[in-house]
Amino acid sequence: MGLSLNHFLVLGALLFCIGLYGAIAKHNAIAVLMGIEIMLNAVNITMVGFAFYNTVKPWSTFLTGQIFAIFIITVAAAEAAVALAMIISIYRKRNTVDVGEINLMKW
Amino acid sequence: MDLATLLFWIIAIILVGSSLLVVGLRNIVHSALALVVVFAMAAGIYLLLNAELIAIVQILIYAGAVTILILFALMLTRISNVRTNSNPINKVWWIGVIISTLVGAGIIFAVTIGPHSTVSVQTAYGAGYGSTNSACPLPPNNVAYIGQLLYSPTCYSYVLPFEIASIVLLVAIIGAIVIGRED
Repeated sequence: MGLSLNHFLVLGALLFCIGLYGAIAKHNAIAVLMGIEIMLNAVNITMVGFAFYNTVKPWSTFLTGQIFAIFIITVAAAEAAVALAMIISIYRKRNTVDVGEINLMKW
Repeated sequence: MDLATLLFWIIAIILVGSSLLVVGLRNIVHSALALVVVFAMAAGIYLLLNAELIAIVQILIYAGAVTILILFALMLTRISNVRTNSNPINKVWWIGVIISTLVGAGIIFAVTIGPHSTVSVQTAYGAGYGSTNSACPLPPNNVAYIGQLLYSPTCYSYVLPFEIASIVLLVAIIGAIVIGRED
């Protein structure tokens, strides 16, 4: 039994829902960010799998999935930098990183 | 079972197990260290898929830079009872379990059983890529080919999205400095 595209898609789906659980159920803002990083990695695995198993001739040569993965990594690095700066700034003002206690904008 | 399949199963089991550790451990520093294993194993998956450049970039940026950023943020934001439970879980965590189970079941149904599943378009392992245009000869390996796809001004390339991504990075750097500085 060899590898197929479904192996990578199901692996990506499993990682995605583990990361989603981490992003929903955690109290620490940095743990929420770690869940989001796992979700982005799951999407990257899916994209690179699609690029590898794509055989539609004009486009499979352009490795679109791998280019997508590179741009996702770029945006994820930018997002991590900005989010951690926001978390540190919030910690400096309110002395907590608990997302349940950061409720300044709650109605 | 060939070597690629065996490696896939080993890497996949370590990947899912360590990501469960990331969301399950009680000490958040241990979670951040388990995250390094997740990133390294994802790089192994990329190597299995002939994406050498993405694997290297994954190790450099994720396992190197993002993990260090997260550890620095953990160091700067100590919460009080760090020994006992620094990574608390919501009281309604079962709602998260239900939502993520439903999302995962939906995705797995869509790709395996559903009407637009990928079963009908399976191909042999190692479909690879080949040159179509004689004016742009195929570079010898994946890294050179990705470089041509990102930068080339004459061949088919993604040079405009690449420039936009550099502007995104610049804005993110300036934004992080402005948000995070002491005033």
